[in-house]
Amino acid sequence: MARPMTMTEKIFAAHAGLNEVSPGELIRARLDLVLGNDITAPPAITEFEQISAKVFDKDKIALVPDHFTPNKDIKSAEMAKTMREFARKHDITHYFEVGRMGIEHVLLPEQGLVAPGEVIIGADSHTCTYGAVGAFATGVGSTDMACAMATGETWFKVPASIKVELTGRLPRWVSGKDIILYLIGMIGVDGARYQSLEFAGEGVATLTMTDRLTIANMAIEAGAKNGIFPVDAVTERYLSGRVTRAYTPVAADPEAGYVRTVTINLSQLTPVVALPHLPENVRPVHDLEPTPINQVIIGSCTNGRIEDLEQAAAILKGRQVHANVRAIIIPGSQAVYLEAVNLGYVETFVRAGAVVSTPTCGPCLGGHMGILAKGERAVATTNRNFRGRMGHVESEVYLAGPAVAAASAVLGRIAGPEEVK
Amino acid sequence: MEFSGKVWRYGDNVDTDVIIPARYLNTANMKELAAHAMEDIDPTFAGKVQQGDIIVAGKNFGCGSSREHAPGALKAAGVACVVAESFARIFYRNAINIGLPLIELGEGEVNIKAGDTLTVDLDRGTAQNLATGEEFVVPALPGFIQEIAQSGGLVNYTRQVLAAREGKK
Repeated sequence: MARPMTMTEKIFAAHAGLNEVSPGELIRARLDLVLGNDITAPPAITEFEQISAKVFDKDKIALVPDHFTPNKDIKSAEMAKTMREFARKHDITHYFEVGRMGIEHVLLPEQGLVAPGEVIIGADSHTCTYGAVGAFATGVGSTDMACAMATGETWFKVPASIKVELTGRLPRWVSGKDIILYLIGMIGVDGARYQSLEFAGEGVATLTMTDRLTIANMAIEAGAKNGIFPVDAVTERYLSGRVTRAYTPVAADPEAGYVRTVTINLSQLTPVVALPHLPENVRPVHDLEPTPINQVIIGSCTNGRIEDLEQAAAILKGRQVHANVRAIIIPGSQAVYLEAVNLGYVETFVRAGAVVSTPTCGPCLGGHMGILAKGERAVATTNRNFRGRMGHVESEVYLAGPAVAAASAVLGRIAGPEEVK
Repeated sequence: MEFSGKVWRYGDNVDTDVIIPARYLNTANMKELAAHAMEDIDPTFAGKVQQGDIIVAGKNFGCGSSREHAPGALKAAGVACVVAESFARIFYRNAINIGLPLIELGEGEVNIKAGDTLTVDLDRGTAQNLATGEEFVVPALPGFIQEIAQSGGLVNYTRQVLAAREGKK
């Protein structure tokens, strides 16, 4: 009988061929998926070519050009070309060309490429998103990606886990983004450093898959190695029709050991924003002084799913974006885009005076499509508000969920959704 | 491994976006990126950093992105080693993988100032601030991570793993 284990420990034990693992232990684990994008894959490809002539499994590598695509300049076009040619040479099954792509962390779950109990690494820090479906998923660098593409395995230090106990039910206009910002505000940007955030409690069942994806996505902003949710009826409904291969969900043992338990009563949460320049600077939106803004971004791997756009459309319908604001809306994938067209959201956005873009990470990381000038201020549903993140080093990013972002677009200042009359 | 260098001092939560801003990531040429290293918090750094200099910072150094360009740009700029109270985990892993030495001293005030000279002996596991005479113990890396470091980084280590696998066939 193995010792009681957390979800992450159980997944690691299964992938390392061990009966049990303990926090702090160094293991080698086999990988179910290795991900890279147009920024991180090109250097990984250079290193891969020094190591091996063939990839470990052409079906278990995903390559997504999403950061600087459609390419913003010649240099980024060259990087995307490197990745495209590599994908062709090795006959990579899951290469997603512009026009069939999406922001990687919106696209992969949507396409059924991640499943419960799996181990996934990606050369992108927000790879932790896939914890939402009960997988172990974490971000790594390009050298790790290169070696993993050659061997199909990598090394890990087994993390200790923090249990995040959710109780109650979210009030209207409060979403997954508010939960994760509230948690980061509570424990700090290094509050879970080298650790796993394992979500639990009766409140989990009330959260949509979109809420869970948003929460797991930002586990890294608390310094966590991964964030992980239990696999329940909501998960199974989401996976049905997407994942056709066999998978093995795991559940935490009741006696599993946690370094700490944090409890959040969802019923008591209100919409929040994270002030510049760290995601931990979290305040209730109603506590802010009137703060005029220049730009709103709704989208990104954190909040670019159809439910996010639905919230924004509900607020923007029949209203106008404030004259001083540029509102940029970015569906997270081609499928999300098409659904937003069919549901009439795109028309709502355009009539409101917003811009709707093809899927891209662009503005989130200060790449393209919405760079801020000196002294400008944005409300964004993205995941980081570090200094200079979205443009000029003297610009400011306020992080929020789609409801606050849309309300702010209408009122021209940071605003809660119920302020929009 | 022994080295000595001038200290650049920074605070807590130095993130990967200030180590190397994403606007420059349309290249993976680390020499080109080194010219922009740290510029959003310290515009003087790239122009003045000398081969062998050492960065000393507070907690959670390297938080944020998985971009290996961050430790890569520091290494290419000539930084011999980063000393911090703690490191964000992806940065830590990336630095080990590419062979940029890191020293994690643990939380608490580190009495090292900008411009001080630090000598580090990784084999003996000691460091000394020549400006104050203060000595520090450098925590040893776990055995497996030492193996990666001794192989000269993860690429060489992986070559050995693959060669051993071929040998077994």
